Amino acid sequence: MKYVPPGQAGSIVSVQPRYENFIGGKWLPPAAGKYRVNLSPATAKPICEVADSTPEDIETALDAAHAAKDAWGETSAAGRAKVLNAVADAIEQHAEMLAVTESWENGKPVRETLAADIPLAADHFRYFAAAIRAEEGEISEVEGVGDKRRLVAYHYREPLGVVGQIIPFNFPLLMAAWKLAPSLAAGNCSVIKPASPTPWSILKLAEVIGDVLPPGTLNIVTGPGGEIGKALAANPRIAKVAFTGETVTGRLIMQYAAQNLIPVTLELGGKSPNIFFKDVAAADDDFLDKAVEGLVLYAFNKGEVCTAPSRALIQEDIYDEFMSRCLDRIAKIKQGNPLDTETMMGPQVSQQQADKIASYVDIGRNEGAEVLIGGDRAQVGGEFAGGYYYQPTVLKGHNKMRVFQEEIFGPVLAVTTFKDYDEAIAIANDTLYGLGAGVWSRNYDLTYRAGRAIKAGRVWTNCYHQYPAGAAFGGYKISGIGRETHKMMLDHYSQTKNLLVDYSTKPLGFF
Amino acid sequence: MPEPSGQRARISATPAAHEAVIRLRAARGHSLMFVQSGGCCAGSMPMCYPAGEFIVGDVDLLLGEIEGSPFYIDSRLYEAWNKAELTLDVAPGEPEGFSLGPSGGMHFVVRSEACALPDQLPA
Repeated sequence: MKYVPPGQAGSIVSVQPRYENFIGGKWLPPAAGKYRVNLSPATAKPICEVADSTPEDIETALDAAHAAKDAWGETSAAGRAKVLNAVADAIEQHAEMLAVTESWENGKPVRETLAADIPLAADHFRYFAAAIRAEEGEISEVEGVGDKRRLVAYHYREPLGVVGQIIPFNFPLLMAAWKLAPSLAAGNCSVIKPASPTPWSILKLAEVIGDVLPPGTLNIVTGPGGEIGKALAANPRIAKVAFTGETVTGRLIMQYAAQNLIPVTLELGGKSPNIFFKDVAAADDDFLDKAVEGLVLYAFNKGEVCTAPSRALIQEDIYDEFMSRCLDRIAKIKQGNPLDTETMMGPQVSQQQADKIASYVDIGRNEGAEVLIGGDRAQVGGEFAGGYYYQPTVLKGHNKMRVFQEEIFGPVLAVTTFKDYDEAIAIANDTLYGLGAGVWSRNYDLTYRAGRAIKAGRVWTNCYHQYPAGAAFGGYKISGIGRETHKMMLDHYSQTKNLLVDYSTKPLGFF
Repeated sequence: MPEPSGQRARISATPAAHEAVIRLRAARGHSLMFVQSGGCCAGSMPMCYPAGEFIVGDVDLLLGEIEGSPFYIDSRLYEAWNKAELTLDVAPGEPEGFSLGPSGGMHFVVRSEACALPDQLPA
C-alpha cells in the first residue's frame, strides 16, 4: 500500500505550517523569531518550517530542564517506570503516524519504520522502565576501625541532573529513544538537539508524548549545529553530553566536556566488515539465503547506518557463486516512494549526502575499483524526480582503497576476497573504526573465534542489523566511547552515591 | 604537531571556496580554521570553526592554509585517505555538525584526486 504524504488530504499525518521548540511542556517560538524550511528528501519539497534557534533558546530549554529536575529526580523508580511505559504506549498507539512521519522526513522506506524504527523505539522505553524498576542498590559490610563488622556501605544511583543529547539524522526517532529512555529512567531531564536535516519527526513525537511526560523533562530545540551546538554541548549547566555523529564533532564535544569536567558518550561511526566464510555456500538452503540477505543489508536505511556492513569480505573459494547470488538480489531492490510499503530503498537524507556518495564512487573508480552494480544516481520519475536517490552499488577492490577505509554513509558496498581465517581477521581489523562487524559460517567454533578476534563493539554472528534492547551497542577504537541499548547505560546517566554508615558506638581512638 | 613535509601545500581551494572563506571571515569578524572529519553522518565533510575553537593535537596534520585559515586532518585519517591531494570547494546544502558554512544554503566540501595506492607506486 501507499501512504498519502504528510500534509496532503487523506494523510494520517497532520502538518502545521510552522513548528516551535518544545520547551517545558509548551511550544515556544524561537527568541530570534527565525525559521527554516524543512524538506522531504523524496521530493526536495518543503514539509514545514521549524525554528531556526539561537543560543538564547538553549538557555530557555535549560531553564525549563533545571526547573523540572528535582521533582523528576525524586520521583520513585516505580513512578518513573510508569511514565516510561506510558511513553511506550503512546508511541505504539500512534505507531503508523510516526512511521509515516519518519519515512517522509528522512527518506527511509516506511516498511522499515513500521517494522523497526517505531516498534524498537517503543520497546526501548519499556526496557528501561523495567530496568529501573528492577534496579537495586548494593550494600556491603566493609571493614571498619572499631567494631569491624558494623560499618556498612550503601550504594545508590542518583541522577546527574540535566543532560544534553545530540541526535543524528539517520534514525531520528530511534536514536532519540536510545538516548532519552535511559536518561529519563535514571531520573534526568534532557535538552535534545535533533540533526539539522531531520528536526521534524521528534516534534511529532513530542505531540504524542508531551502530555505523558512531566513538563521540562524533555526539551527539544531545533536549529543549525553551527549556531546552537556549542551553546548546548559547552554549556556549564549540563551534567553530561551524548552525541552520535562524526569524529571531529565528537572530539569537539569531548573538548567542551573536558572544560566543564563532565562525562560524554560518543558514537562516531564505523566501516564495518561483514565476513562470509566458504561454508556458507556448502548447501543451497535457508542459511545460504539468509547469508545473501546478510550481505545485501548494506542497503538497509539506504546505507545511512553507523554500523552499515559496508565492507564485504568473501572467502575466495566461493566468491563467484556467492557474489552472483548477491548481485541478483541487489538488482531486485525496489527504489521509489518511501511511503510505498513495497519500496526497499528511499532517497538519501539530503543533497549533501547524495553528492558525497557520488563523489566516493568516483574516488573508487579512479582508484581502480570495479563497479559490479549501480554506480550512479537513481532516476525515480514523477513527483520523486527531484529526490536524492542513489542506486545500490557494489565496488570490488582491496582494503587499502579509500572506499574501503572511509564511511560513505550510503548504499555503497566495498567487496573483496580473503584466502583464509587469518587474512579475513587482518582485513577486518585494518580500519580506524570498530563499531560493528558480521561473521557468517556454519561452523560455530570458527564464528566464535572470529567474533572474539574482531576489534569491534558488536559482532553480529549469522545475522546483521538487529538492534534489540538488552544487547550493548558501542564502539572500539575511534568509533566512540560508552555503550547504548543496555541497562549498563544507566551507569552513563547516574552518579553513584555511597552512604557509609557506622553502626558501632566505639570511637576511632585517634584523638 | 607535524608540519607538511613537502614544499607544496596538500590542500588547495577552488575560486568559489576562496571567496566563501573571505566572505565568511568578514561576516563573522574572526579568523577561521578547517578540520577534516571522518565517521558517520556528516563524516568526510570538512568542518569550519572559529580559529582556535578546535584544539589541535599531536595527531593532527596541517595540510596547508586557505586564505590564512589552517586546514587540519587527523594523520591516521590522512593515511587512510592515501595522502590524497585535497581541494576545498563549496556545494549546495546546509553545513552539518557544528560547522560554519558559506551563506546561502551552501556548505564546504573537499574534493580529491585519488593518489597512487601504496602497492601501485613505482618500486
